[in-house]
Amino acid sequence: MSAEVHSASAGAKAKIRKIAIFVEETLVEMGRTVAPPARRAAAVAVIENPFAGKYVEDLSELMTIGEELGELLTQRAVAALGIPGPSAESYGKAAAVGENGELEHAAAILHPKLGTPVRRVLGKGAALIPSSKKRGGLGVVLDIPLGHKDAAFVRSHFDGMEVRISDAPRANEIMVAIAVTDSGRPLARVGGLTKEQIKGEDGLR
Amino acid sequence: MPEVQIRKRLLMVEEIFHEGGPVASQPQRRAAALVVIRNPYAGHYVEKIEAFMDDLKPLGLEMAQSLVTALGGDPKAVEGYGKGAIVGSSGELEHGALWHVPGGYAMRDVLGGAKAIVASTKKVGGPGTRLDIPITHINASYVRSHFDAMEVGITDAPRADEILLALVMTTGARVHARVGGLKAADIKGEDGLR
Repeated sequence: MSAEVHSASAGAKAKIRKIAIFVEETLVEMGRTVAPPARRAAAVAVIENPFAGKYVEDLSELMTIGEELGELLTQRAVAALGIPGPSAESYGKAAAVGENGELEHAAAILHPKLGTPVRRVLGKGAALIPSSKKRGGLGVVLDIPLGHKDAAFVRSHFDGMEVRISDAPRANEIMVAIAVTDSGRPLARVGGLTKEQIKGEDGLR
Repeated sequence: MPEVQIRKRLLMVEEIFHEGGPVASQPQRRAAALVVIRNPYAGHYVEKIEAFMDDLKPLGLEMAQSLVTALGGDPKAVEGYGKGAIVGSSGELEHGALWHVPGGYAMRDVLGGAKAIVASTKKVGGPGTRLDIPITHINASYVRSHFDAMEVGITDAPRADEILLALVMTTGARVHARVGGLKAADIKGEDGLR
């Protein structure tokens, strides 16, 4: 659990202040029953930003933290949905840097190393993990973009999940979020590539 | 009697390891269960609405149970609670008050007879409205370490003809509680206050 993550704070381990989990189930949309309900979960960690307040050239510590959080948060999100990792259908990631950090800190967490453990937990994940990032104050809203994990063009799974923690990120913190779903939009009907048509070779179709 | 129609559920769980001070040996955990239902009285004034409280009881129990599960499954681990409601714009504040009885009794039931009044708040608001749900100790309202609140909300709810219902439970005191007052260890537990 995360307490261990914290106590083993040697090296580039994330210093986690808080973890928040959100599980959303849509049972009815526009008066129509959604069966089974559309379900998605987001796991969000609030961590200390080791580079807050100063320019640091080498961001590798944050990249390692990204790797660690990729595994932890994906496991938490999948557990919250109560499904095995490979049953997840779409995913996304996002980070919000507190006011004493720079946008590049979010990039260091999200892009170089976070994806590999995410894909390990989910079994596959040929598609790019859609992402967003921003800098902001406490209570800032993060819209985590969502896309199908094996084929980015699956139109029914283009979506987004909003998360927010009222007391984060503080100035010297970073909020890191991973969202996972077991379904597409509730009443998807705008055509395009369907999940049944996925070839799953290039991550796109 | 009007049927309870659920559009959406949201479960939020927070684990708090520290807030700038020493890392807690046991992180404080807080969970909120939110359910968005159709407001059967939206759009016009209805005089008699009390019966809907009975209809909401099974939902209250289900939400209370989901919170205990989210906090690890042991009702004895729960030390704080609170409840709230946001009524969509075609409803009235009084519709939110319908939640007092089914929400409160559901948590007491599931927790095995908690004694303190369940702290609550309510408002009328649009989609995305945030609600700060007050939290107090489940057996003695005056336990100072357990005075807390959890902010909740759902981006697309409540719509005009909906009500967002919320229950909150926590596993303990604020992570760095140190402003004195009645301690949980010193509760008499007779009157729900001390």
